[in-house]
Amino acid sequence: MFKIIKYSFYDLMRSRWSYIYFAFYLLLGFVMLFLNNNVSKAVITLMNVIVVLTPLIGTIFGVMFYYNSKEFTELLLAQPLKRTTIFIGQYIGLATSLSLSLVLGLGIPFLVYGVIESTVIWNFASLLLVGVFLTFIFVSLAFNIALSNDNKIKGFGIAILMWLLLAVIYDGVFLISLMLFNDYPLDKFSLIACMFNPIDLSRILILLKLDISALLGYTGAVFQQFFGTSLGMIVSFLVLTLWIILPVWRIASKAKKKDF
Amino acid sequence: MIKIKKLNKNFGKVEVLKELDLTIIKGGIFTILGPNGSGKTTLIKAILGMVIPNSGDIEIDGKSILKKYEYRNGINYLPQIANFPGNLTVNELIEMIKTLRNKPTKEKELIQLFRISPFMDKKLMNLSGGTKQKVNLILTFMFDSEIIILDEPTSGLDPVSLIQLKKIIQEEKEKGKTILITTHIMSFVEELSDEIVFILDGKIYFKGSVQELKIQTKENNIEHAIAHLLLKENV
Repeated sequence: MFKIIKYSFYDLMRSRWSYIYFAFYLLLGFVMLFLNNNVSKAVITLMNVIVVLTPLIGTIFGVMFYYNSKEFTELLLAQPLKRTTIFIGQYIGLATSLSLSLVLGLGIPFLVYGVIESTVIWNFASLLLVGVFLTFIFVSLAFNIALSNDNKIKGFGIAILMWLLLAVIYDGVFLISLMLFNDYPLDKFSLIACMFNPIDLSRILILLKLDISALLGYTGAVFQQFFGTSLGMIVSFLVLTLWIILPVWRIASKAKKKDF
Repeated sequence: MIKIKKLNKNFGKVEVLKELDLTIIKGGIFTILGPNGSGKTTLIKAILGMVIPNSGDIEIDGKSILKKYEYRNGINYLPQIANFPGNLTVNELIEMIKTLRNKPTKEKELIQLFRISPFMDKKLMNLSGGTKQKVNLILTFMFDSEIIILDEPTSGLDPVSLIQLKKIIQEEKEKGKTILITTHIMSFVEELSDEIVFILDGKIYFKGSVQELKIQTKENNIEHAIAHLLLKENV
């Protein structure tokens, strides 16, 4: 398994796109710090970018990588390797290289700016952690979609639709339902609804970590009660982990049955 | 020895292999012939475990290979289309495949034979189709394995490399290897093949030597003999 991870990782580390992605975050980090002139404000702005962008990049790279390496996967399938080793190895290689672009790209400007001495170091660290989680989640979802669709265009379409659904449409439907059922107690409902969308869950986790939950009003108070406690934190990270484990498990079981 | 018993494979509603039985004895060159879409590649991929059959069994040396992977250590496979991760160099790719199997290799000879050394440090995406096919051949023949499976090995090769390829195949045969080849080039078949396996619509219609094929079809030319086989079975 390690060999597959290593070579997928090497392959990506030499690809132009990894550098473009890395350079983008590097630029974004410097621009944010320059414009905000304040680390903690920059972290908040970055959050909005990260919770939308890392899933999108994870989805696109995941689908593209799978389709592009299809013939190479066939070469590996003829070697004495387990199928799960090949696919999980490629998945970990890709997700790790994307995460590295994110962590280094944002880490360098903030380090230069002196984030270590500032008070927001933990907020910044949790932002990166959430970004890494989202990368792993969406790459695994993208792999699932690509494995189930041999047609590239269809696979790509479904993957983008999934991102759109989780990043934009889900929030819309969520808000509308909150408005419609305004008369009912909605705190439990909204708590549970967040768990079903990794993007929402990540956003709320960061918002609460940044201690600006007052902005969220009453619901924010409920969330603060739940997520603010260490139990809430643990549950949320467990749910995020589950969002990785379940799709990865499906990659493994789907890969075992597929014809190449 | 490869033994295939009542192998069935459907892709959706299309039945590609139907109750296919085939025994391939150890040693010799076996060419698998048949029109496009007759199930040649599916059969090969089933032996390699890349296609999972709906029913039936495949045994190599008496052991079922379904759902296993270690047995592939004893098979060299040349895929039809040579496409590799573009950002690796030829050298890195060869090293990678080498580390996946812990076996002695002879890639140096092959690199010299196919005159690939100027390309060793080039990225694979910058290579021409023919050069990629040569890299593909090196990856296939560098291991010493009992079974060698070649899917359309001649595609994109220049005449010099083609002669080299034929030479390598002959050498491997002399070492007692079992070699399976699919091809559409009849001169290749006539020159090399010990036995022909003719597949049509997922079944085996003929199995025997080139001579036997000519006698059975009463044709002198192998191309005509195959055409005869095709026409007769279709009527």
